[in-house]
Amino acid sequence: MSETLHTAHLIARHAESALWLARYMERVENTARLLDVTNTFARDADDARNWLSVPRINGDLELFNKTHAQASQATVGNFYLLDSDNPTSVQTAIVAARENARTLRAIISTEMWLQINVFHGRIRALTPANIAPDHFTAVCSMLKESTQAHTGITEGTLYRDQAWHFTMMGRYLERADQTTRLLDTRFHALAPQFEASDEEIDAGQWNALLRAAAGYHAYRREHPSGYAPQEVARFLLVNTAFPRSVGLNLAQLEWHLTQLRTRYGLRGATAALERLDQLDGMLTHQHVAELVAGRLSPFLDYVQRQIAGLHADIIDGFCGG
Amino acid sequence: MPVPTGSQTQSQTQSQPHGVLQGYDPGGFFCELLRPGQPTHPALSLLLSRLSALPIESLRRRAADAERDLLERGITFTVYSDATAIDRILPFDLIPRVLTPPEWQQIETGVIQRVRALNMFLYDIYHERKILKDGIIPSELVLGNAGYCQAMVGFDVPFNTYVHVCGTDIVRDETGKFMVLEDNARTPSGVAYVVENRHMTLRVFSDLMTGLKVRGVDEYGLRLHNAMAEIAPPGVSDPQVVVLSPGIFNSAYFEHVFLAREMGIPLVEGRDLTVESGKVWMRTTAGLAPVHTIYRRIGDDFLDPDAFNPDSMLGVRGLIEAWRRGTVAIANAVGTGVADDKAVYAYMPRIIKYYLSEEPILPNVDTRICAEPDALQYTLDHLAELVVKPVAESGGYGLIIGPHASRAELEDFRARLIANPSNYISQETLKLSVSPTLCEDGVKPRHIDLRPFAVTGKDTWVLPGGLTRVALRAGTLVVNSSQGGGSKDTWVLA
Repeated sequence: MSETLHTAHLIARHAESALWLARYMERVENTARLLDVTNTFARDADDARNWLSVPRINGDLELFNKTHAQASQATVGNFYLLDSDNPTSVQTAIVAARENARTLRAIISTEMWLQINVFHGRIRALTPANIAPDHFTAVCSMLKESTQAHTGITEGTLYRDQAWHFTMMGRYLERADQTTRLLDTRFHALAPQFEASDEEIDAGQWNALLRAAAGYHAYRREHPSGYAPQEVARFLLVNTAFPRSVGLNLAQLEWHLTQLRTRYGLRGATAALERLDQLDGMLTHQHVAELVAGRLSPFLDYVQRQIAGLHADIIDGFCGG
Repeated sequence: MPVPTGSQTQSQTQSQPHGVLQGYDPGGFFCELLRPGQPTHPALSLLLSRLSALPIESLRRRAADAERDLLERGITFTVYSDATAIDRILPFDLIPRVLTPPEWQQIETGVIQRVRALNMFLYDIYHERKILKDGIIPSELVLGNAGYCQAMVGFDVPFNTYVHVCGTDIVRDETGKFMVLEDNARTPSGVAYVVENRHMTLRVFSDLMTGLKVRGVDEYGLRLHNAMAEIAPPGVSDPQVVVLSPGIFNSAYFEHVFLAREMGIPLVEGRDLTVESGKVWMRTTAGLAPVHTIYRRIGDDFLDPDAFNPDSMLGVRGLIEAWRRGTVAIANAVGTGVADDKAVYAYMPRIIKYYLSEEPILPNVDTRICAEPDALQYTLDHLAELVVKPVAESGGYGLIIGPHASRAELEDFRARLIANPSNYISQETLKLSVSPTLCEDGVKPRHIDLRPFAVTGKDTWVLPGGLTRVALRAGTLVVNSSQGGGSKDTWVLA
């Protein structure tokens, strides 16, 4: 098959909107995953500590503590599902996603817009009754399924020119970022235990961590014998088959950046590709195994900073003009 | 009870007695579907019999489908919607408005004639001003007009086309006669609804159209793009056209999206464009890329803070200078507002005759220019029957509708009119035509108008159809969306 040479220009501001649209939609899914799994699998241990892990993952502890006396399903659920003043709630994310979709309406498919618009209506209509214990899982499922519908509609209908590449890069950046956060908090919570001995680690905690990332069954298949901290970390950071691993998402990001360079002749990818190269060098099985001995958390902070840096590189390179 | 011609009566009574047209009575108004006294057309008869056979429940179900569809697309506001629904579409009425081939022929040729005259008028008043020297229209009315743009004096535009997109508001009186109510020569909106309404009909009511030859409306984007390419600066083989919008919070943003999609071109805002080295560029992922034609959907005043309103954040600094250098084309041209002014409108029949030596194919609504003694006398004698409008005002301020005014109001107005007659025009109070429209209490006659869209580059093309707006409230003549107006699909029969 011959390569199509695309000549239609993409407005720089629209590229940035595509990146953000995907990030916000992906964020809704990740938030729902985290809440759902916390609700389902983290009940047996210290309830408040488990719920508090959600704002910790998102870097929201300060804001959360300012407005809520204690962490529970009701308060954390309210904070992430209903609170429009929380910049990381699904309410904020869907409004921002829809605004970016409006900006891109001449570019995205009608089906994409329609689905986002209807989804927006459903999220905006959520009430405290919807997040009560008997509805909580159903709401999380609705959020996950609707974002997955978005992902599928995007896959099946969005024309694959520049705007698609920026959309996909936004999705992979957000996924990679969310996975590092997930890993970081759980490791943090589990740290005293696994420093003592691997056997003491609560299997339920590992279970919850992997389930939140939708990696539980795949992990079991790769590691039938049990949980080892370095294996879980490798699975989430380096594995190249697991759809939400940092390594896989960065590899996909690299592919899109390279496409923009080779197929469209864009020169804006240089800084991001260099940064990716550096990051790749750190994300090896060997290195991660070493880090799990106690220096994983600073490393995850570093990866998060690099992911933010990648986003900035992309904006500077393609949208800075 | 109503009912038009013999054959139509039969089909109505023979078919379902509970059809949607049961009890429909247009009274003394011209009904666009029943058309008393007009030659019948097979397609119209078929449409009428289909509607007569359709249970009202079916129409209501389809209307509910259409409404839900609009809501999901985020292009409607309804009682269910929240205050953040910023895309506003006219509510959609499913019963189409139909135009026969001879009717369309008159509208099409009439609109083309009018656009030609408007463009010749604009060329003249920005060059030799012959029409002013010949005393056809008062100089001060043109040169002192708020829409007259000094920056345009002596400036040439490609093909002498100023009004690239024109929306002509047309109404029909109780005899079915077409008349122009208003020209929209700046940035007329509504064309997106013409196409979207057709798509909606096909989605929820395609069986109504089966076998009927209705002219398509899908060509608009292609035609508009061709016209925009024609006016691009010479020497550019594949000109870059963009749609310039004020942004996502503008009430017509839905239409800006539509235009960009239909033309396959970028939808930009002022901040996406820049002027460097006397040329206009857009900021893309590959850096600055040249722009050759701008179809702008923002007003003259906001186009360029250097040339016009210095506070405008929507425009592009230096755009007008680049335009004057001929490196970029702008549609519609700057300074067309003078041509669709209310006072200038009154002179349109004379303007057409002056430039084209032709009678207007589409007459104006009978308008008297009170500056003229005979007209003033007629107006004063018939004040209680007429609509009198101040020429300098807009938005209905200072207007009087004779039949609705009290005796005291009329006397007060009479004094003002005598004091300053040249500030006023007067028109007969119109009995607008009606179309069967789904209302809460069944299908009722409601007043409608028509806005066809004419696209002009080198030549003029008129989209077969147009925006039919309908006044959803009983008795009201106002079809504006803010006044409870809706819209209908407009079928031009082939």
